[in-house]
Amino acid sequence: MLTAQSLNKSYAARQVVADISLHLEPGKILGLLGPNGAGKSTTVSMVCGLVPPDSGRIAFDDGVASDGRDSNAYKRRIGLVPQDIALYEDLPAGRNLELFGALYGISGKHLAVRVADALDLVGLSDRVNDKPSTFSGGMKRRLNIACALVHDPDVLLFDEPTVGVDPQSRNAIFDNLEALRARGKALLYTTHYMEEAERLCDRIVVMDHGRMVADDTLSGLLARLPHAEVLELDVGQTVDCTGLTALPGVVEAHEAQGVIHVRLKNMGGDAARVLDWCQQKALTVRRLNSTRANLEDVFLALSGRQLRDQA
Amino acid sequence: MSAFPAFQALMRTDITLYFSSRRALVMNVVAPIAIAAFFGYVFSPQQQKAPHVAVAVVDLDGSALSKSVVAALSADASLDVRVASASEANTLVTNGKISAAIILPEKFGAMASSALFAAHDKPSITLIEDPSKAMEVSLVQGLLMQHAMQTVTSVAFSGGGMSTEMVSGWRRDLAAPDNTLPVESRSALAGLFDSLEKVQSQRAKQPATAAAAATTGNSGGMSQPFVLKKKSMTGGSEKQYNGYAHSFAGMSVQFILFMGVDLGVALLLARRLGLWKRLRAAPLSRATLLGSRMASGTIIAATLLALIFAAAIAFFGVRIYGSVPGFVAIGLAFSVMTATFGLFIAAVGKTPEATRGLAILATLIMVMLGGAWVPSFIFPQWLQTVSLAVPTRWAVDGFDAMTWRGLGFEAAIAPTAVLLGFAALFALLALWRFDWDE
Repeated sequence: MLTAQSLNKSYAARQVVADISLHLEPGKILGLLGPNGAGKSTTVSMVCGLVPPDSGRIAFDDGVASDGRDSNAYKRRIGLVPQDIALYEDLPAGRNLELFGALYGISGKHLAVRVADALDLVGLSDRVNDKPSTFSGGMKRRLNIACALVHDPDVLLFDEPTVGVDPQSRNAIFDNLEALRARGKALLYTTHYMEEAERLCDRIVVMDHGRMVADDTLSGLLARLPHAEVLELDVGQTVDCTGLTALPGVVEAHEAQGVIHVRLKNMGGDAARVLDWCQQKALTVRRLNSTRANLEDVFLALSGRQLRDQA
Repeated sequence: MSAFPAFQALMRTDITLYFSSRRALVMNVVAPIAIAAFFGYVFSPQQQKAPHVAVAVVDLDGSALSKSVVAALSADASLDVRVASASEANTLVTNGKISAAIILPEKFGAMASSALFAAHDKPSITLIEDPSKAMEVSLVQGLLMQHAMQTVTSVAFSGGGMSTEMVSGWRRDLAAPDNTLPVESRSALAGLFDSLEKVQSQRAKQPATAAAAATTGNSGGMSQPFVLKKKSMTGGSEKQYNGYAHSFAGMSVQFILFMGVDLGVALLLARRLGLWKRLRAAPLSRATLLGSRMASGTIIAATLLALIFAAAIAFFGVRIYGSVPGFVAIGLAFSVMTATFGLFIAAVGKTPEATRGLAILATLIMVMLGGAWVPSFIFPQWLQTVSLAVPTRWAVDGFDAMTWRGLGFEAAIAPTAVLLGFAALFALLALWRFDWDE
């Protein structure tokens, strides 16, 4: 539906986006994952036509491009949910939607239908006459989304839409996104929360320092890791893990605060050998926990840095 | 797709938000009306009573002439005269109780009458003044001059022993060897003194005539050679000057410009809150984005002006004695200028907080120089010239011309053109400096 090809952007001497390519498809959510400062927001600004790339091209499959004569036609097919809550706080919710609809040339009965539909999708139909200044943070976020989709765009860009939102509202927003995906919209979702990307995205682009370090499905990204799962054993004492790393199937092992963290290629086959090793060392395992590898591990493996620490 | 619906929607939103704000209405409608009402009341003609200057007179002479001067000063309605000793008069001036003290010296009577036609031996009247009351002291000085001259010449024409002595003295001065007057002039003055002595002799024989002259105010001496009739040049001969007209013009200009500042700061806030980014993401041209702001700002400013002047007309008797189309033209030009001033502020401002402070300071300076607080005609000449470079001066003068001065449409052309010129300048600067990138 929409392809961004080899985007580059610099401010003064600093390159903030370098050779980024994206492809958005109908009914799919593309995640843009990276720590703060990775270049996600600049990429979104370029895709929504706010910032022209220094080089590269962004266009729909039918040729409508973000630059030149097509720019207004292009913008009409894009809906932006900015990171900030960009609403007129003292204008009723319905009037906010009417304004944003009018900005995209919608009027009359069609606008009324679109406003009702957008409010219905985000679950705010009963608050149409209330001002956003009386809303909770989560409700404002949902109205923020409604404003972006009132003109029924083909592509929706979400720039960290869950920042500062409580878990309940976050789940409501996720439901909204899934509903939009079900309607065949192409969604670009930027976040630095790996859990969100894991839960929502059909495909994930990992960015770091303005560069794309991976572009794959979640399973594809996890398959790149040398380990698939992590075993944590609480032994309550300091342990030398040198022998442990020599065991077959153990990718890496270390101990911190009396807990041994072991990265395994296959939990089913390799976990038993680890437990045997503990028994040989006369270690008492007080608690055992196993987790699958996640995007945090992927980012660490790809960039050598913690995703969450950078956030 | 036509840009007009978007333009209209943005404009309507701005106007709705503005007029739904109670604070804005209080600040930009109620406040200017209240302040203009206060200034209008204080400076209205009804409050401008004839001056009644407190003054002390010290008569060290005690002659008939000095007593006549004191009596004439005391009878003047513009003065509140108290006779005092020299030390008492000093204390009163020093304490600010009176504006001035007049000290008539010893031998005042004798010296003043003889000095009328001679350059020597003039008596020195001391005027002790309060330096903070220069205007009142000038009035006292003028009235002293008037009453002293009238009294001395009145005595000269009165026809008594004193007047005879006076003329004899003048004749001696005329004949003195050091008199430098040409012979022809001395001869003519001698003729004048002859005539005067005839008048004196007639007066001496007919005291009733002198008494009648005194009652009609014609004392027979010199008097002010004219009668002053005051006429206020306002919108019509039968119309009264209304002090509220100027104060409402000034305060409406000031507070509507404050609204312009709010308009600019609101744009900066929209930028900070991400609203501007969202608007920029819509398929809107720069002309639509800034033009709608300019249009809404103009409509809001014009509405405020209409509301403020409606109150002035309804409750304070202000009238547009001049051209109504001229008033509307100046009002619209000023409204456009206010809107572009707001855009200019948004273009050059960095943070809303700092920009608001600086913009209000700039506005207050413009308003002050424009004569909104005190009329510009009391400024020094150089400042009056400098203030022509400030748009507020043209707005205030333009509104004055259309209201109480009652001038025609032609008097509105220059203010309208200048205000539109400033509007164009602000708009160009705003477009030049506006940061479109996020």
